[in-house]
Amino acid sequence: MTNIPESLDPLVIAEEWSSAGRTVALATVVDTWGSAPRPTGSHLVIDGEGNFHGSVSGGCVEGAVITEALDVIESGKARMLEFGVADETAWRVGLSCGGRIRVYVERLN
Amino acid sequence: MDRQILTKLNALRRARQAAILATDLSGGPDRLIIEGDAVESPLADAVASVFRSGKSSAVEIGGQSLFLNVHLPPPHIVIIGAVHISQVLAQMAGLAGFDIRIIDPRTAFATPERFDGVDLIADWPVDVLKERPLDAYTALVAVTHDPKIDDFPIAEALKVGCFYVGALGSRKTHASRLERLKHEGLTDADLARIHAPIGLPIGASSPAEIAVAILAEIIAALRGRDVSSPKGDKR
Repeated sequence: MTNIPESLDPLVIAEEWSSAGRTVALATVVDTWGSAPRPTGSHLVIDGEGNFHGSVSGGCVEGAVITEALDVIESGKARMLEFGVADETAWRVGLSCGGRIRVYVERLN
Repeated sequence: MDRQILTKLNALRRARQAAILATDLSGGPDRLIIEGDAVESPLADAVASVFRSGKSSAVEIGGQSLFLNVHLPPPHIVIIGAVHISQVLAQMAGLAGFDIRIIDPRTAFATPERFDGVDLIADWPVDVLKERPLDAYTALVAVTHDPKIDDFPIAEALKVGCFYVGALGSRKTHASRLERLKHEGLTDADLARIHAPIGLPIGASSPAEIAVAILAEIIAALRGRDVSSPKGDKR
């Protein structure tokens, strides 16, 4: 049960941005292992210009998610991303806390 | 995700209705499930479990990979009685992440000076609750000591299945309250859900300490809910 103000709520912001004619992607944490910083169901909303709101990792991998989200907005094809500890993955970024997360990125149509 | 589904989901969240957004991770259409909707098996079990636990999760059903993202309404506390305990409880509960509303028809008690910044309504609960009803994600705290004010909201809270119902008063006061509520048609099982005397037994004496005892009991009820039952806390 989250209790965040509407002005900071990624799903409310996604709706507002979309209504304003901006292209929007939504990233969602769908799985976590170990000490993941944000629980499953957490959202990050990204627009076609790279503006974002919300959090899927408390700041560790947001940059990479945003880059992927721009591709998803372009292609319209959803993607599943996985992040583990930095250095151990193919990604340059990672979770320094040692956890692992799966993030689903999709376009709002 | 479909924009229309997002709009509908946000409307449900504003209306404090529990909902699950089921995302097909292979790219199929999304599905919005409202608590109480009929859902086919084997999905029904997973949906029920996610509603109860409040924990979103990815599930494999019939070879399909779904993410069930659950949106439960944030918990409210409705306090009947603009008394000294309520002044402290409102502050503490706000810090703990609860939305607070205080209702008291006695205008001498329900003054903005005493409750700065708090959602305070100086009117009878019977009228206020018609406009803004209690729900399963609400804790009711009745602390006026006055049956004319406390009894109605307590009965309402039990009927709608508030996750916590607490009432101030000695054991003797509470015994006569139970007698009155029985005449309102409430069952023994309903009445057993009232936390009275209110608050965890920590020997609280000052208003602030009593507020701690009440808030702790509300949190225990919320986190320890009997998730097999749609109605109510376990004791």
